[in-house]
Amino acid sequence: MSWRRWFRRKQEDADLVREIDLHIAEETEENIARGMPPEEARRRAFVKFGNPERVREDLWQQNTSIFIDSLWRDLKYAARTLARAPGFSVVSVLVMTLGIGANVALFTIVHSVLLKPLPFQEPAQLIRVYERGAEDDVENRGIAGGVFSAWQTQSRSFSNFALLGAGLGYSLSEAGGQLPEKVTFGVCSWNLFPTLGVEPALGRGFTAGDDQPSASATAILTWGLWKRRFGGDPSVLNRTIHLDGKPYTIIGVMPSWFAYPDLNVQLWTPIYHEVPGEEMQALDSHDWVAIGRLRSGVTEAQAASELSLVVRRLHDQHLDNPFISKSAYERPLLKDMVGDVETPLYVLFGATSCLLLIACLNIASLWIARGATRRRELAIRAALGGGRWRLLREHLAESLVLSAASGAIALFTAYAAVQWFVSSRQDMTRVEAIHMDGAVVAFALGLVMLCAVFAGFTSSLPIKSKPILDSLRDSSRSHSEGHERIQLRKWLLALEVGLTVVLLVGAGLLLKSYRQLRSSDLGCATDNVLTMQFSLPENNYANSAQRMNFFASLLARVRSLPGVDAAGFVRTVPGQGYGGDAGFAIAENPPLPAGQMQSAIVRWADPGYFQAMGIPLLRGTIFDDSQRLEKANRVVISESFARQYFGGGDPIGKHLLTLGSKSFEISGVVGDTRFVVSKPAQPMMYVSIYSGEFGSTGLVVRSARDVNTLALPIQRLVQQTDPELAVMDILTMNQIIGRDTLDASFDAILLLVFSVLSLLLAAVGLFGVLSYSAARRTTEIGIRIALGAQREQVLRLILSEGLRPAVVGLVLGLLASVGVTRVVQSMLYKTQPLDPIVFLSVTVTLLLVAAVACVWPAWRASRLDPMETLRSD
Amino acid sequence: MGKKDQPNGEMLKGTLDMMILRTLVAGDAHGHTIAKVIERSSEDVLEVEQGSLYPALHRLEDRGWVSSYWGASENNRKAKFYRLTALGKRQLTLQTSRWRQMARAIALVMGDKALDEGGRE
Repeated sequence: MSWRRWFRRKQEDADLVREIDLHIAEETEENIARGMPPEEARRRAFVKFGNPERVREDLWQQNTSIFIDSLWRDLKYAARTLARAPGFSVVSVLVMTLGIGANVALFTIVHSVLLKPLPFQEPAQLIRVYERGAEDDVENRGIAGGVFSAWQTQSRSFSNFALLGAGLGYSLSEAGGQLPEKVTFGVCSWNLFPTLGVEPALGRGFTAGDDQPSASATAILTWGLWKRRFGGDPSVLNRTIHLDGKPYTIIGVMPSWFAYPDLNVQLWTPIYHEVPGEEMQALDSHDWVAIGRLRSGVTEAQAASELSLVVRRLHDQHLDNPFISKSAYERPLLKDMVGDVETPLYVLFGATSCLLLIACLNIASLWIARGATRRRELAIRAALGGGRWRLLREHLAESLVLSAASGAIALFTAYAAVQWFVSSRQDMTRVEAIHMDGAVVAFALGLVMLCAVFAGFTSSLPIKSKPILDSLRDSSRSHSEGHERIQLRKWLLALEVGLTVVLLVGAGLLLKSYRQLRSSDLGCATDNVLTMQFSLPENNYANSAQRMNFFASLLARVRSLPGVDAAGFVRTVPGQGYGGDAGFAIAENPPLPAGQMQSAIVRWADPGYFQAMGIPLLRGTIFDDSQRLEKANRVVISESFARQYFGGGDPIGKHLLTLGSKSFEISGVVGDTRFVVSKPAQPMMYVSIYSGEFGSTGLVVRSARDVNTLALPIQRLVQQTDPELAVMDILTMNQIIGRDTLDASFDAILLLVFSVLSLLLAAVGLFGVLSYSAARRTTEIGIRIALGAQREQVLRLILSEGLRPAVVGLVLGLLASVGVTRVVQSMLYKTQPLDPIVFLSVTVTLLLVAAVACVWPAWRASRLDPMETLRSD
Repeated sequence: MGKKDQPNGEMLKGTLDMMILRTLVAGDAHGHTIAKVIERSSEDVLEVEQGSLYPALHRLEDRGWVSSYWGASENNRKAKFYRLTALGKRQLTLQTSRWRQMARAIALVMGDKALDEGGRE
């Protein structure tokens, strides 16, 4: 049969009729020409042709597949049946849309982010390498330039081995007169793009010649920056731009899809040209990222052990330097990029799967109820010879129609949901890779079929098992209704409740963890504190004195601004990250044994910073404002520093040898601050920013009123002090904390939404089942009341009937939760997976909701008028 | 061999298709013409049962061996004309040669005499 003919069967048939008519006409004419009278001529023509209807029928059948035809008929019939019960259909479609939509959306994200290979050439061969302090160290370190050089000369595991660093900031300007802006850029060895297998969309990539200290400066733009800043002008190639005041030639533009390591990086420059030689040869500053493409036949483990060997050799050659790593560790690049989001995404996906299952259970339960009202119809049809298979098929057709409709709506909903997700989670790795594609549509189709079959089959279980005669007999209302129907619905309900409990527990744990996170004390003022970053271009601020003077004069002007209560500098604001650390030795202590080290986080701050941020001075004094440049030889240590390295002793007046073995006298001890919200405070030491060593810093400003209004005046002040300086990351402390805890709040809120939805579904299900079962027992209850049962007894009877599945489900759910919550353990902060408060409040919530859902049907049943119920039958 | 004592329904399967294709070599034609030509050129031995002609035409069209279009018949009626496609021509050559082989084989089995008796009336 041909599809074309099948779809236009009517048209085909009409054509055939015309064809036959013509045939008869021609034949008749010929017969007349042979001398027959017209009547006879026509009759003979028909006789010769045979029965035209036969031909039509034959062809119609030839153009038809019986299977599809009957399927089509079933679907049409199903649609008509459903249209007759619009309330039921709408509710079913809504519930299923919810389940399918949430799943499709989450699948889109999981599929794009976690499952799709990276868009690079043969991505499975790409691995990222780390250094490790020791073989069993869990803390992964970046790669030191010197180690990388040793690897490159001594390792044979990689066909390509590249080094990069990202997340640095430049002030970008060009001759065109646009305002300077701060761009985040990456530095890379010339072979990074060949290693990934990516070619610039425009121009050329870096060459080994570009990647040398002596080469002329070159830069490659990302597509986004090129479009935005340069208007997508192809003549941008070979143009000169200024990065921190130094000229660079643009040699290429990366393709639009390229977003490695993330969307923030907007510009690339060659690493060996950009970073001073001695830094690139250091063995102990673990600053960079190394990515290699495995030679074919080399396994990850082989590569890692070979690299480890090289590191170990370096370590043994420099036993005096404890900061050199001892081994190397590797991870597939994809795993490395998505490692942090993997668990949360799978947890959310698990939650939506539960939601879908609950939705299906609810639908099945709804259908069983509906099936009961159609029992008589079905029984009569069965009695008239309707085969069970036939009835089941119609049933499945109905569920297919409903789930197909839901699936179609769900695709659109999911699309909107994914758009929302992408726009609200720009910070997530690979967010740019999220797209709906064929796999997603296939997944949605699969879900539709699954829902149809699941809901259809579950709800048709009672159809099969019932002897026809019985159904006909007990369709008279005076009997209590088929027990197994209600029993089945109760089991479905218990399952629903169980799943809901698991979701609720998960959401509860995440919420509690999020609350813990938000309430964790950063160790400094967070309200009405504004922070911003800037960095002085090296060209204009070549020496320490220039930098120091700039800082001093800017700070004085900021402090005199009306509304500013206090202001200070710190090189990394609390909550904004690790910043950097340095090894140190205590001069008064005996030297550490060779190969051992101690290090602490370093912060460069001005003396006013502590007061501005409300960080308490616990002992001694802050360094003096007059101790500048070479005289900046005091250090302030944090409480945990003092506790860890001085124990009970008094640190004041002791000396630290650090930052290039300079001696710093400890002048004071201040309170701890956290470098990120979720990590406990670590030992920290502060030295004066007026040493002028660095040109980049953060500025913090505290005010008594809304601190956001100060952002503009301060920016203007900076501009007045140096018109070429760009300010970036203007954030309040609360925004910094919000950013830091975004993941946690996002996951917790999504999971909460899913679990509330399923709670709602379960409650509606409970209400439905109980109302239905109470309605079926009207007569029985009427008799009970007539025989003297108290209203309260009836109320209790119905209530307990409804609560039983809820309690069974609750127990099942709590048991399951004990197992399942281990999965979310890694997402929890200061919260135990078996947190009793969460489990308890979930239990209480669920019982309350169940009671509310049951009370109305039970109350109604207890108010029945026995006379009326008995008469009505 | 009489005209009516040979039921056409027993026409070898596939031969009708072949004959339709052969008829169309002479030019596009509608159903009635095709039937007539087959009858005439077989000296009225073969009468195409109309009940099988149209399903056959549709089948050939589905396979892409003929294409169809609406045009005017000799008597100026609107008629559906069938045209041999390139694919159909190739198919015809194939079937013809297969048929020749088969006819020869049967002739050999029956002996030339039998062929002479049956072949000409």
